[in-house]
Order: sequence, then C-alpha cells, then structure tokens
Amino acid sequence: MLEVEQLTKRFGGLVAVKNLGFSVRGGEILGLIGPNGSGKSTAMRCVMGVDAPTAGAVRFEGRDIAGLPSHKVSRLGVGLVFQHSRPLNRQTVLENIKVALIPDRLGMLLHSAEIDDRARAIAERVGLGAVLDRKPPTLAFADLRRMELAKAIAQHPKLVLVDEPFAGLTATEVAAFSELIAEFRAEGRAVLLVDHNVKSVAALVDRAVAMYLGEKIAEGTAAEVMRDETVRRVYLGGALVRAARDAAPAAHGAPLLEVRDVEVRYGKALAVQGVSLHVREGEFVALVGLNGAGKTTLFNAISGLVRHSGEVRWAGAPLAGLTPAAIARGGIVQCPETRELFGDMTVRENLELGGHRLEPTALAERLDWLFDLFPILRERTGQVARTLSGGEQQMLAIARALMMEPRLLILDEPTLGLAPVILETLSNALHRLRGSTRLTVLLGEQNVTFALPHADRLYVIDHGRLAWEGEPDRFETEAADAYL
Amino acid sequence: MAPPSWLRSRPVVAGLVILALGACVPLVGSGYVLGLLTVAFYTAVFAMAWDLLFGFAGEVNFGPTFLIGLGAYTAGILDARLAPNVSLWLCVLAGAAAAVIGGVVLALPALRVRGPYFGLTTLVAVLMLQNMVVVFADLTGGEIGLSVPDVMSVSATANYWIAFGFMAVSGAILYGLSRSPIGLVLQASGQDPVQAGALGFNVTKHKLFAFVVSAFFSGLAGALMVFYMGTASVGTFVDISVGVQIIVAAVLGGRRTVIGAAIGAVFLIAMGEALRPLGELATLIVSLLALLVVLFFPDGILGMLQGRSRRD
Repeated sequence: MLEVEQLTKRFGGLVAVKNLGFSVRGGEILGLIGPNGSGKSTAMRCVMGVDAPTAGAVRFEGRDIAGLPSHKVSRLGVGLVFQHSRPLNRQTVLENIKVALIPDRLGMLLHSAEIDDRARAIAERVGLGAVLDRKPPTLAFADLRRMELAKAIAQHPKLVLVDEPFAGLTATEVAAFSELIAEFRAEGRAVLLVDHNVKSVAALVDRAVAMYLGEKIAEGTAAEVMRDETVRRVYLGGALVRAARDAAPAAHGAPLLEVRDVEVRYGKALAVQGVSLHVREGEFVALVGLNGAGKTTLFNAISGLVRHSGEVRWAGAPLAGLTPAAIARGGIVQCPETRELFGDMTVRENLELGGHRLEPTALAERLDWLFDLFPILRERTGQVARTLSGGEQQMLAIARALMMEPRLLILDEPTLGLAPVILETLSNALHRLRGSTRLTVLLGEQNVTFALPHADRLYVIDHGRLAWEGEPDRFETEAADAYL
Repeated sequence: MAPPSWLRSRPVVAGLVILALGACVPLVGSGYVLGLLTVAFYTAVFAMAWDLLFGFAGEVNFGPTFLIGLGAYTAGILDARLAPNVSLWLCVLAGAAAAVIGGVVLALPALRVRGPYFGLTTLVAVLMLQNMVVVFADLTGGEIGLSVPDVMSVSATANYWIAFGFMAVSGAILYGLSRSPIGLVLQASGQDPVQAGALGFNVTKHKLFAFVVSAFFSGLAGALMVFYMGTASVGTFVDISVGVQIIVAAVLGGRRTVIGAAIGAVFLIAMGEALRPLGELATLIVSLLALLVVLFFPDGILGMLQGRSRRD
C-alpha cells in the first residue's frame, strides 16, 4: 500500500534521512524504530506531507505523493496519530472528535446529526464513552491519547501512521492501545508504528525496520531485528569496555548529591516516578536510559528547572526553594542536551560568559586548562559557535559548563546526534577530565558504550523509574538485554 | 422542559442581558450617552471581528485599522465625490467590499509567513495606509480629515438604534460562525496547524476565510461609522492607537468568545468616559486596568464571569 524509495530529507546541511526505502502492505503493522535523532520521525513526516522530502519517492496505492501538502495526503487516506497535540481545551471530547469528521468545505455552517452519531460511535470504540462531555484538560493522560487515536479513526484512513504509541502509558494502558492498533490490522488497514526501541513494539509489529543516523540498518521480523549485529551495536555499542581508573573514589561516605523519591509530572504524564539516587564527591555516575525515559526531566528537577515532589539534597542541605541560578552558583552545573550555545558569539565569548564570575587571572588559567583539555577549541577561539561542527559544539558546551567551576557537572546526552568518530574524541576528553580533576560527574546517556567506560556506578532508568543499579562490569550480564 | 442548548451558554446569556440593557438605554439616556454608546457599538463590532481572527484562527492581526480604514475611507471618498447621485448605503457596501479586497491582498502573502511575521505584516499595512491618506490629501482630506456630505440621521436615537441593531446582527453572525463546524476547524487550525493539516483541512484556506469575514465586518462597521460621524480622519479610523484599543478591548473582554470582545469594547469606552474628569490620568488608569486584567485574568471579563473551572 505504501512504498518509500530512496527517501532523502535535508535540513540545511543536516541529512536527517538518507536513501531510506521500505514498504507496508494492507493488514500489516510495520515498526519503524531507531534511537533519538535517527530520522524516523522525519521519515514519517515526509510520508504525511508535513515536510516535503528533498529527494526520493513516496508511493501510496501506486500514486507518488511525495511533496503533496498534508491535507491532500490525508484526503487520499493517510491518517496520523500524534504523540502530542494541542486539543481544543474549551470544547468537549465529543466536539474534538467531531472536528476530524467535518469535511474541508467552507459551507459547513450547521452541525449534522450524522457527524454526531459517528463521533459517538468512534468514542465508544476507543473507550472514551464515559468522558464524552468532559473537556480535555480534565482528562487522564491515556484518555488524551485515546482521543488522538479517535481523531485518526474518524479519518477512516487506509494507512495509519502512529507516533510513539506507548510513550508515557502504564502497562495496562499499553495493552489496551496494542489491541486498538491491532484492530486496524484486522480491518485490513496498513499501520506504520514509529518508536524508539524494538522491545516495546515487538509483540505488535509484523515486521520492523531499524534506522540509525538517517539510514536503514536492519529489516525483518522483530526478533530478527533484535538479533541483528548492527542494531545491537547501535543500542548497546560493540564490546563493552572499561577504562582503567587509577584512583577510585571513596565508595562510602556522605553523598554530595542525594535525590529522594523525586516525581515530576508534565500535565497528566508522569515523567519521573519516585526516583532515588545519590552521587558521592569525586564519583562519575552514569544514568542510562532510552530517550523519553526521564533522564533530562530528572536533571531539570535537580537543577530546579521543573517542579517536582520528593527531595533533592546537595552537600547535606535541601535545595527546595532555591532558584535555578542559585543552584548553579552552589556548584551544580548542567550541560543540557540541546547545548544552548550562544550561536552568534565566538568560542572565546561563549567561554568568557561561562566564566563571568571569575577574576581575570583565574579566567585566563581556566581557559588555558580547557584549551588543553579540548585542543580543537584553541584553534577555533575566534569562530562563531553556530558554525562549529556538532562535536565541536558539544565540546564547547562542556567547556563552558566547566568555566563555571562546578562541583557537580551534569552532562545530558553529550553524544546526541554525533557521528561515531566524534564520540571517540569526546570520550578521550572525558577520560582526561576524569583523570586530571576531582570533579564529580552525573552523565545521562542513551549510548551505553559511551557511558560505561567512564562510570564508577550506573543507574538504568526506564519509563521514569530506576530499573537497575550497579557496577558497570555487572551491566552486560544483568541489564543489557532488558535495555534493548 | 429544559431550555435549548444555546440558552445555557454563558456568553449567549451575557450577550442577551447586555442587549436587553442596551434596548432600555434610549428610554433614559441623554443624547450624549447615546452618542457615546453608538461609537462603543461600532468599536464592539471591530473587536468581535478581530477576535474571530485572533481567538479562533490564532493569527494576531495588529492592523485591524487597516481593514477599518479601508472601509471608512472608501465609503467616505465615494460619497464625497458622488453624492447625492449615489446612495449612502451603496457607499457603505463599497467600503465593506474594499476592506475584503484589501484584506485578501494583504492576507494572501501574509498568511504564508509563520509566527510573529504575520502580525508585523499587518502592522506595516496600517502604516502604509496611514501614509497613503496623507500623501493623497486632495482625495482623502489628508491630516485634516474628510468630511462627507451624507449622514445617516441627525437623530441621536436613530443613530443609536442603527448601531445597536448592526452590533446585534454582526454579533449573532460572528458568534454563530464561531460555534459552527467551521469555527471548530478554525480553532483547530489556530492551535495545531500541523495536526489540522493531517486531519485533511486546508489550513490556509480556512484562515483566509476567517480573514475575509473579519475584513467584511471591520470594513462595514468602519463605513457605517463614517456616516455617523460625518467625517473620516486618520486619528479615528487608521491610527495604530485605535487598533491597540480594539485589541485591548477584545482581550479584556475575553479571548475566543466573540461576545466578550463586544463587552470589552463597551466597557473600555465607558470607563474612558467615566474617568474623563481626571484628564490625562484617565488613559493611564484604563491602560493599567487593562494590563491587570490581561495579567491576572487572561480569559478576560467573560472568563471571570464563567469562573475558573475550565482552567487546570
């Protein structure tokens, strides 16, 4: 039903999808999986017509739809179940579903009883019957997702695209949603599921296509894809190696950072559920988990950027009530995954801003030390940050965080979107950093291979909960399979 | 028997109460009060038309006075040139038509750009119109203003009823439209254009439609107001500050309610008048009050009436 050939999408210099090809038949569920930044969502948006592909063909029932605007693609029979959308908060659930049933004509001035009946029927089917007259802000998270599903069903699509169907849902809800999606298959529709990992969709999909850095790396049944060497390398990395560490930090003693039962909600979604962890002075602790597992949210809670329940203690005192700026001055510096560089300023200006509280001599010393740590930045001092490569930008972001003289450096996904060769440079820099200072580091990573060699201890976070905790050398035997 | 569903909606009830009150004013009010309310009613239509675009289609039009000015000046110039051979009402219709045409010419390119640029485009349009009026002074009366030979009526009461009826009809049409399936699609397009597109709606077409409707009512109201005042000037129809007042009225009354915009307009003009003895201070107090409402009651006056139940 859907055939994608040689699909390529460029955003400026970034190639998000490269020569991707796959097909979906009616009555089949295909999983399109890949880690964050692999291009799977971009591919889906190109099929829906939200983004126009740079090159390649998207054929739907034999007709090339590449580049058509989304409302035309939709009318041909393609529906998209959004992961997040902004529902009409002042209208009831029923009215929200009706929107999807209204034809795209300007003559629609009166509500029809037929549309009303159909909206009610669809609501019953997805299990919204009891909340028809409520407004979206009062709904539970899962019901909001049901409403998205209802809107897609209302389109009566021949091909349904589903963006991360299970994100943020509990196990029971996942089962209910799987059933609803399986119904599409039973009705002969084609389904394309987009998700982070094979595991969560394995039971549902007939076939899976795995993507990494914009390219297809494996295709087959879920089991085949999970066994695939390349897929295992992308998710787990190749051989899991440990870097030797000369001076092991004190394994006991009072923790520098202590997180107790922290919970964070985004509206209805529970992003972090009762997480407790600690980091001792001089320790390098890694928090690994797939994208969406709650790493960034937890870091933001520690840095005081999001509201949370539970307690965060720093050097023995609670952080509650402090502003993010006060927390950063207290020594917890977060280097965010989005890097947040000042794009139009030079490398030196970025660094100097990071060290604005230092005396001129201390600033110069610190700069020298950082340029030794990241020699490439010394060559680029006068260059504008925006024009640096991804790897250089990441190093600059870390260097700028270090300019603030942190006691605890929180590194959030430094490897995001970086090519493997850059990872090695970055890894070496972290190794030197660990060897040359007593800096305490909390690293959030999706890429276990990157995190493992440096870590003294490891936490695994999954769906907002800690799933495993232990020494890195126990990870491969105890937690690796669960992680994939 | 339960009342029909439209009677249970608070905005409708609020609107009906105000209409009932408005209908009583001529019995007690002086000519001065009637004149004031006449202006307030036209402003109410401006604000309601603006709310359709902002509250529903989600596009901030910083230039409501571009549409109003087009309508007012087109009607005024035609009348000044052609009266008494052409009826005043024909000039009014021509004014509305000019606003629609001007609106489409502006919106077609402006709706292509996203985010704040749509608003900036509309802002520039106002400045351009303002310059045109000054440059073509022999046609438009320039900075002095354009006086029109025809007036609708010399009776304050008659003028009051025309403005009142016009506001009631416009309000009913705009409110009905906002509750219709098209209103729903418009809201969806305003809130999440990507999803609206994926649901099969041509977002640009719907937004253009909203713009056309908004332009029609703005132009019509502008043209009518010219024949109430007997003159057209930049200061009353085109100036940015007039546009700002309309926007403040709509937001003050309650975004996304249409009827709230009318309440806000009447409230704003009444307040300005009530505080007039304070001189310059009056403007400051009204602005401050508007600021407080926007900051603490983002749903506006009507939102306060409806309670805070819908939030959170």
